[in-house]
Amino acid sequence: MSKRIGMEIALAAAEAVALCRPEVIAAYPITPNTHIPEHLSDIVADGRLDAEFICVESEHTALSACCGASGTGARAFTATSSQGLAYMTEIIPIASAMRLPIVMIIGNRALSGPINIWNDQSDVMYQRDAGWISMFANNGQEVIDMSIQSFKIAEHRDVMLPVNLNLDGFQLTHVVEPMEMPDQAEVDAFLPSFKPLATLHPDKVVSMGTLGLPDIFNEAMEAKDEVLKNSRKVILDVWKEWKQKFGRTYEPIESCKMKGAEIALVSMGSMGETAEVAVDELRKQGVPVGLLKLRLWRPFPFKDLKKAVKGVKVLVVLDRAVSFGGPGGPAFSEVRSALYNEPDKPFVMNEIIGLGGRDVRVEDFVKIVEKAQKALKTKPKDDYEIYGVRGS
Amino acid sequence: MNIVENFDLYAPKLTDRKEYFSPGHRACQGCGEALGIRLMCKALGKDTIIVNATGCMEVVSSMYPTTAWELPWIHVAFPNSASVGAGVEAALKVLRRKGKIADRDVKTVCIGGDGGTFDIGLQALSGTMERGHDLLYVCFDNEAYMNTGIQRSGATPFGASTTTNPAGSASIGKNQWKKNVAEIMVAHNVPYIATACPSYPVDFMNKVKKAREFKGPSFIHCMSVCPTGWRIPSAECIKMGRLAVESGVFPLYEVENGRYRFTYRPEPLRPVEQYIKKQGRFRHLTPETIESVQKRVNLEYKKLVDRVDGLHSWDELELAD
Repeated sequence: MSKRIGMEIALAAAEAVALCRPEVIAAYPITPNTHIPEHLSDIVADGRLDAEFICVESEHTALSACCGASGTGARAFTATSSQGLAYMTEIIPIASAMRLPIVMIIGNRALSGPINIWNDQSDVMYQRDAGWISMFANNGQEVIDMSIQSFKIAEHRDVMLPVNLNLDGFQLTHVVEPMEMPDQAEVDAFLPSFKPLATLHPDKVVSMGTLGLPDIFNEAMEAKDEVLKNSRKVILDVWKEWKQKFGRTYEPIESCKMKGAEIALVSMGSMGETAEVAVDELRKQGVPVGLLKLRLWRPFPFKDLKKAVKGVKVLVVLDRAVSFGGPGGPAFSEVRSALYNEPDKPFVMNEIIGLGGRDVRVEDFVKIVEKAQKALKTKPKDDYEIYGVRGS
Repeated sequence: MNIVENFDLYAPKLTDRKEYFSPGHRACQGCGEALGIRLMCKALGKDTIIVNATGCMEVVSSMYPTTAWELPWIHVAFPNSASVGAGVEAALKVLRRKGKIADRDVKTVCIGGDGGTFDIGLQALSGTMERGHDLLYVCFDNEAYMNTGIQRSGATPFGASTTTNPAGSASIGKNQWKKNVAEIMVAHNVPYIATACPSYPVDFMNKVKKAREFKGPSFIHCMSVCPTGWRIPSAECIKMGRLAVESGVFPLYEVENGRYRFTYRPEPLRPVEQYIKKQGRFRHLTPETIESVQKRVNLEYKKLVDRVDGLHSWDELELAD
C-alpha cells in the first residue's frame, strides 16, 4: 500500500529510486542534486538496498562507471546538476549510442558562468541532442512516480535507452511536500528486474562500443533516432499502466484550462505549478488563458503539441535557458518549428524567465499574459525577451 | 638447446594455445602493443572482461562489424577505461552476490595507452586505484599519441621528436623527462605494481598472472615498442624493447605490498647510446645530449636500486601487530 509522506523531494527521489533496486549507483557531489545520492548512500549503508555505491572522483567517471555497470547487466543510476552534467558531456551520447538503459536524475541548475548554484534548465538543454529520453517533473509526487517509470521505460526491450529525469534545483530538490510513496511490493509488481539483451560475461562473449566507419555511421545514427522516436509508444504504455495501478495520469503535455483558451502558456518543470495559479486567477477574471505543461522533452511530442494548441491564437513559450545568439529559448525554437508548417497555427512568442534562481512569481505570469493579450492585436517585433532584466 | 628451434615443443608448456586476441586486426607490422595484448590475454585466460580506452588498440581491433576480441570487451571513451572498469567490477560483485551471474571469479582488466593513462585518463586511474576496485590496469606505453599521429605525451621520453614538439634548430624535441607512472601507482598504495615489456614474454605473462590473483587493484606498466612512431624497422621491435631494458632506460621490476624487486637485472647495463642511436625519433641528438640522458638514466636507475635495497615495506605493519 502506498504511504502518505511529508519529505524533502530529493530524499523522496532517493527513496523511490531505492524501491527500484538499482544495483550500481555512481555519483559525485554537486549542489543541488546532492541530497539524492547522499540519501541513497544512507539507504545502502543501512542495508536497506543491496547495491554497490561508488564514490567516484568526478561526474565523468560517474557516468562512465554506469556505462560499465549497465553493460555488465546491472541496473545503474546516477544523479547530477549543472557543471557535473556538463562534465559528463563526453559520455552522454555514447551511453545512448551503446543502448545502455541508465537512469539519471538531474537537479536542474544554471551552467556557469558566472558560477551560480541556483535553478534554471540550461544544464539539460546543453545535452538536448544526445539521444536520451528526457522528461520533466513539476512537483514531488511526479518526481517519485517518474523515477520509477524511468527505469521501466529505459529497460524496455524496444527502448534500451538512458533516461534523464529533470527536477528543478532547490524549487523541487529542497522543498518538503506531501506525497504518496508506493511500497516495495507495488514497485516490484510494476518494475521487473533488469533483463539486458547482452552483457559483458565470458560465458557469452561480445564486443561493445566498437569503431564505426563512414559506411555504417549514417545507419547507426538513423537507428538511434528511430529508437528514440519509437520510445514514445513504450512511454505512453508505461504511463497507462501507472494510471491503472496508481491512479495518477501522465501525458507528454498536460493541459490545464485549455478549453476555449485564446492565449496559452507553455512551461516545463516546477514553474508550471506557479503558472497554474496565475491561470486560475486570470480565468476567474474572464481572461481566456490556458496552460500546457511540457513533460516529455525527448522524444518531442509533436503530435500532442499540434493537438493541444488547436484554437489558440497566441502561444507563449516559457524558457528557463537561453540559446545565445539563436532564435530564443530552446523550448521556444522547438515549439515554433514544430508548428511552422501547420495551416492553422498560433502566433508563438517567447519569454525567457527564472534564470540562475531568479524567482518566478504568480504576478510575473499575469504580466506575461498581459503582453500576450497585446500580441493578439499587435505582434511584438522581437521573437524573444529575457524577462525581468533590471534596467530594461 | 635453442628454445626457438624447439618452439612447438616448449611453447604449449609456457602458455595457453588459445588465442583471445585474434589475428586479422589492423595493427602496424611489428607492433609491440598488439603482441603485448596477445600475451596478456593468454596469461589472463577466459574469465576476463577487457575494458579498452580509445587508442590504437581499440581502433585496430574493433572495426564494426568485425572484432579481434574473443574475450568480453567494452570501449566507451578515451579518458575513462579505469572508470568503466570500476563500474564493470562493481556490477560483477553485486550481480554475483545477488545470484544473477555464475558464482566464480571474473577479472576486470582495463587497458589504455600512455595518453589514456599518463595524461587524459590519470584522474580516472587515480580514483579507481584509490577506491581499491578489484581490477588490473595495464598501460601499454608506446611513448606518444601514436593513434593520432605521433604527438607528444607525458610518457614521451626526453629528447624524442614528435609531431607536436618536433626537433628543430631551436628545439631538441621533448625537453622534459618522462612521467614515472609506476611511482604514481606506488603513491596510491596499490598492492601490486610491475613494469614489463613484451620483449620478455614470460616475465610479462608471469606478472599478469600474479596481478590477476591479487584481490584489489593492480597495475602493470608495459613498455610497448612502436616501430612507426619510433622510426625503426618493424623487425626491430623485440630488440628495441630488450635494449630499453638492458640499458636501464626501462628497468623490469615489481612492487608487491610496497616491496620493490627487480625481476631482471642486467649487469652491466648497456650504454644508453646503443638504444638511442637506433631510433629515428632521437636521430637529432648530439653526443653531449646523449651523455646528459645517460647521466639522468643512471640517476633514475640508482634511485630504483635504493628502493629495491630499501628496508621499509608494508610488512612492518604486520610485524607491528
